[in-house]
Amino acid sequence: MKTLVALVFCLGLAACVTINIYFPAAAAEKAADKIIDDVWRLQDAAPAPKKEEAAK
Amino acid sequence: MNGLFNSNPMQAIKSSVFIAMLCFAAWVQAAADLDVATPAVSALKNSMQARHAQLAAHYASGAIGLTKDGLIALRDTTAVPLKDRQGINALVTAENNDRVALYKEIAAGNGHPEWRGEIQNTFAGRWIDKAQAGWYYESGSAWVKK
Repeated sequence: MKTLVALVFCLGLAACVTINIYFPAAAAEKAADKIIDDVWRLQDAAPAPKKEEAAK
Repeated sequence: MNGLFNSNPMQAIKSSVFIAMLCFAAWVQAAADLDVATPAVSALKNSMQARHAQLAAHYASGAIGLTKDGLIALRDTTAVPLKDRQGINALVTAENNDRVALYKEIAAGNGHPEWRGEIQNTFAGRWIDKAQAGWYYESGSAWVKK
């Protein structure tokens, strides 16, 4: 019983350690998209010139 | 530690599982999003946003291309208008310094400085994906027009 308890405990600890060093690829892509959209003004800049053209 | 194993075994298993779940919950919360709103990251983003006004024309002309490692490079000096030639190298260097700092700050700001390389790789792919048609990017050892 004692070994079982120790095993569960070690597994739990090991899970924490391995999980924590794992690189969150999806979160990183989301973060990259957010920053790139801001830096290149992809969200608000594109539709604006069109409007101006249409008004002329 | 000894106290945990010497007491009621069922109780010990329960606490172990509980500890594991706590760790998992903390990880899930950390992984759901990377924090990109730190002051250092915001400052770099603003600086790059301002510089983009100067860089955009050079991406479009093919003078500057996006490298496969998430930076930019001067690929065709002849495409740079004469009036811009003197400052173009400084412009590219400044942008690359900001980009390197950005990748480093995102990794550090999220408590994992060792993620810097992976963050840089992620950005490299996303810059190219989001680049406008006609811009050049590096693929293998050649420049490709998007």
